[in-house]
Parts: sequence; C-alpha cells; structure tokens
Amino acid sequence: MSFEGGQRVRISGRSHGGHHRTPDYVKGKTGTIVLSHGPFTNPETRAYGHDGLPEQQLYLVALAGDTKDRVYVDVYEHWLEEAE
Amino acid sequence: MSHDHEHDHEPVAESPVATRVRLLADRLVDEGIVTREELRKRMDWLVSRDPADGARLVARAWVDPEFKARLLGDAREAALEVGLDPGPSPVVVALENTEDVHHMVVCTLCSCYPKALLGPPPDWYKSLPYRSRAVSDPRGVLREFGVELSDDIEVRVVDSTANVRYLVIPCRPAGTDGMDEDELVPLITRDSMIGVAHAREPAAV
Repeated sequence: MSFEGGQRVRISGRSHGGHHRTPDYVKGKTGTIVLSHGPFTNPETRAYGHDGLPEQQLYLVALAGDTKDRVYVDVYEHWLEEAE
Repeated sequence: MSHDHEHDHEPVAESPVATRVRLLADRLVDEGIVTREELRKRMDWLVSRDPADGARLVARAWVDPEFKARLLGDAREAALEVGLDPGPSPVVVALENTEDVHHMVVCTLCSCYPKALLGPPPDWYKSLPYRSRAVSDPRGVLREFGVELSDDIEVRVVDSTANVRYLVIPCRPAGTDGMDEDELVPLITRDSMIGVAHAREPAAV
C-alpha cells in the first residue's frame, strides 16, 4: 500500500523485538502524510546482515496533536495503516 | 605493573564507551568488513566538516530565491550544485523557517545529523534529555536555548529517525538587506541550522 500527501494514517502500535526505526513514543498514534522520501532498504533486516529487500517507502508523518505545535517523524510504510 | 609507587603517572583509564568502540572496530576489521585505512579516512572526513558548508547553502538561499526553491526541492542536488559534499545520505531535506513556522531537528533514536554540512553533532544533540524533551516539550527546550517564540508561531519538531538528513534554513535577520552572501555566512550558526537558535543579528557578529 502506498500513501498520498495529506492522507490520514495510524502508526502501528506493535512491539518489535529487534532493531527498528519506529520510536515507541509514536506507536499507535495517528497523523497525516506530509511527503514521501522514496523507497529505502528495510533497516530491520539490514541490521542483521540481510539485503533489506523488499524496499519500503519512507514517509514524513505529521503527528496529530492538541496544540498548534507538531512533531514530524519519518516512518517506513510497513508501520503505517490507513486511518479514518 | 608495579604497585609500590602509586603516586607515579597512571595511564588515563579508557572509558567504557571507548572500550566498546575499540572492540567493535577490532571486530569489524578482523571480519574484513572495514579496513583500518577506511576507518581512519572516515574519521578524517568527519572532523574536516564544519557548519560553514551548511551556512553557505543558507546564505545562497537568502540572496537567491531560485536557489532557495531548488534547495527546498532537493537539498542534496542543491549542495552538489554549489560544489559542496552533501554526504552519504541519499536524501537531504531543507526546512524553511518563516514568520509562521519554526522547525527544530532531533533524532530521538540516536544522533542522525547532517554531518557533511554541519560537521560532528554537538554533545547536547546526542544527549538523552535533548532527545526526549525536544518532542515532549519543544518550547521549553527552545527557551533554554534562549529562543522565545510567540504562541502564533507553529513549532515543528522533525524527528529524523531514518535515512533522511534535515537542515533548517533560519529566518534572515532584519537589517541584512544590503549584505551579500559572504557577509551573511557568519550570521548562520550551527545551532540556527538545527533550529534551536535564530541566526545572529549583524550587530552581534
């Protein structure tokens, strides 16, 4: 699945035992796609000597929040799901 | 080692992290993953970088709107265009501060940083308090850096968790209209390109 700018997404809340680049504080949160950075090899398998394929799209996501201020965070596609 | 004259010069103890780094480097070399020469070259490269390169990009963007548009579109290409080394990251993104939006950059997971354009990151950037508080209390962190932002400005904290490196284009200070690129460069500090400071006022330089 790929996402478009402006689309609402939820960041998966799953736990992951090994190396991964989704910080705990964003897990389970909703946000909006700001832009796509393009495809990258998957650090979760590359960290263990594998080729990191298939590549994953990397997105900049603006987390939803109660105030005007926002946290923007880079999240790989396989951590994102559509949100209402 | 002799223990009967402890007042003599003891060697400086290796810190735990230095031991870890040394053992890791030994292992990487033993396994044939990197060579000593490659490690040395990479360290030489890192310490040869400094914020002047990032400042050059920002100064050019301040004086040349078309360059600024290219910098915002693809900062890696824009750096190459002016003969700068954008580093090994495949994507570099420039974030423009305006009178409405203030960006600050953090890597909550480790210390991802645009080293090619800014040099080695400062220690505070790698510290746990900065990494955790930048996302939980950005205005409080900015205040500690001496930056007080009004409530109508949106603060965007950009957490560079992955392959992308971010560089902030600070607002051009007032009173710099007549200044050319070379005169502007000294106003553009490392911290202003991380987004924890404003660019300097000309009077402060």
